[in-house]
Amino acid sequence: MIEQAAFLLVLSLGVYLFVRQIQRLRKGLSLARPSERHDRPAERWATMARVALGQSKMGPRPLAAFFHVLIYVGFVLINLEVLEILLDGALGTHRIFQKPLGALYPLLIHFFEFLGGAVLLACVVFLARRWSGRIGRFAHSDLTGWPQQDAAIILYAEIVLMTALLVMNAAESVRLGTPGYLLSSYLHPLFAGWSEGALHAAEKAAWWFHFVGILAFLNYLPKSKHFHIILAFPNTWYSQLEARGRIPAMPSVTREIKAMLDPSYVPDATEMPARFGAKDVSDLHFANLLNAYTCTECGRCTSECPANQTGKKLSPRKIMMATRDRVEQLLHEPENTQTLLDGWISREELWACTTCNACVEACPLNIDPLDIIQQIRQYLVMEESAAPASLNTMMTNVENNAAPWAYAQADRGAWTTEM
Amino acid sequence: MTETLHVPTLAEMTQRGEKPDVLFWVGCAGSFDDRAKKITKAFARLLQRSGVSFAVLGAEESCTGDPARRAGNEFLFQMQALANIEVLNAYEVQRIVTTCPHCFNTLKNEYPELGGTFEVFHHTQYLQTLLKEGRLKVEGGAFKGKRIVFHDPCYLGRVNQEYEAPRALLSTLESELIEMRRCKKQGLCCGAGGAQMFKEPEPGNRDINHERAEEALATEPAIIATGCPFCNTMMTDGVKHFEKEGQVQVLDIAEAIAQADEL
Repeated sequence: MIEQAAFLLVLSLGVYLFVRQIQRLRKGLSLARPSERHDRPAERWATMARVALGQSKMGPRPLAAFFHVLIYVGFVLINLEVLEILLDGALGTHRIFQKPLGALYPLLIHFFEFLGGAVLLACVVFLARRWSGRIGRFAHSDLTGWPQQDAAIILYAEIVLMTALLVMNAAESVRLGTPGYLLSSYLHPLFAGWSEGALHAAEKAAWWFHFVGILAFLNYLPKSKHFHIILAFPNTWYSQLEARGRIPAMPSVTREIKAMLDPSYVPDATEMPARFGAKDVSDLHFANLLNAYTCTECGRCTSECPANQTGKKLSPRKIMMATRDRVEQLLHEPENTQTLLDGWISREELWACTTCNACVEACPLNIDPLDIIQQIRQYLVMEESAAPASLNTMMTNVENNAAPWAYAQADRGAWTTEM
Repeated sequence: MTETLHVPTLAEMTQRGEKPDVLFWVGCAGSFDDRAKKITKAFARLLQRSGVSFAVLGAEESCTGDPARRAGNEFLFQMQALANIEVLNAYEVQRIVTTCPHCFNTLKNEYPELGGTFEVFHHTQYLQTLLKEGRLKVEGGAFKGKRIVFHDPCYLGRVNQEYEAPRALLSTLESELIEMRRCKKQGLCCGAGGAQMFKEPEPGNRDINHERAEEALATEPAIIATGCPFCNTMMTDGVKHFEKEGQVQVLDIAEAIAQADEL
């Protein structure tokens, strides 16, 4: 009875803290302009199913995709066991599914142990890949310091959680004198000669460790790049569904030009935006900030970026990390004036982009760094007239000669006489 | 083979009470850049040879606004776009073909929102259709057995998911079509997109077009083919950087097909 009460107390505390973090996230996301992406719900659900659930964009890197799927499937299915843990804890039962499932139950535990082993293997492989220093996107300077540690903590945590499950099963099997399960049976020798009481305590301790561990993990997520395991779903739901090459038109600009071209045109009285383009996260739209929180810093975008590959300062991953860090900064210090542009992202980075969409294509979660780059460029040009001089020349030519070079528009058809 | 070719403007045709099947949107590079003009002419010849009724806007054509928009100047983009749409709609244009993937993308994906909805083709798509219909005949000729590597223009490939039309055309040349490691969805940009064509690159280790030309040259091609006047410039410069212009030609697909036919 006391144990049940303790369980419910810890569970409530864990859930309460998590809910608070989600509220904080919502506050962060609400700094942005609201999203207009609520159209075509069927297509949105389908995109979510394909990209987040089905991992359809992991393909180009098959080795990483394989081990990622192991962790993903393992994590999702082992949650069935977590359900049992929650019910046992709340009701004071022991392995509540054992009786109703009968002969199926041990098979299920064998299977979970198989998955647990696969997760352990994948975590070790991933740690080795990170430490090897041979994968450019992991050795990249974007990740120096906390992001590197964060990535390792996640992998350690998964290893520890899986190990706790195996220890629990092993201690129990030894206590009951049963043959045990697929992997945990290899741990039986550890418990040889233990008294029944000691075995029971070890089993309980492992059970509690796993349970508290899961809650700790849950509460660590929102502070981590690993938040993608949850946000992948809403993030892909909010995917850009229009043609990839389309930059949405600013309606206020359209109205102004229509009024210029046709004096009889009466613009409707919708208000002008406070600012053209984006200088700070509050100028971006909801999906941009959701993208930033969803980013798991894998660096596929940066490794495909032509500017980054040729040594320019631009890194699309860093654009996403900077956006998230700036939102976090504003949550801590709402008055802080270190804006996204200049405070977190330099002009040099922004002008290095070729808008080639490689980053957009590369992201397994449909994150769009280019959209943010494009909006800040709009701010730079439309609010500050701060384009590089050569681009100003190009734009002046477009204005005066209807071409980016200073040729006369009247000569546009001249090539036909040269045939 | 020299052909005489009169390319009518839409204004002329309209005056005669005629309507072309398709408007050939030449684009700024195709109109003014000496290298790109060769692509324009090659494509115009192919259209004529296939018996396509087409016209150009001539002096009534104006930059689509793409480089201004990608540089961040939404105002200038929309000025260009709305003026162009007015012209196109006044002529009741329905079908447009262009040799520039940037014009292609803007006309196809960005004009509808501003009131200009057209059926827009990249010239490789249009040529592929002509080929399928049997109106365009291609024989290997000069390119038979030669190694050709295709560089995907970002705004044709990754942005508009057209990877097959250019390859289908190249395969008709009876050449050996080879691929770079970074091709199709993973194709590396030539470095010109997003208005980079009109500015110096930011400081880095090397120029993007050198990186890409090196990759293309590593496949030991006789020809580097592409489908964009800007990619063409960047790849040509890249090939020159490695002093390979004597051995390797950079050609637009329209040029390759026109040349194959001429021999």
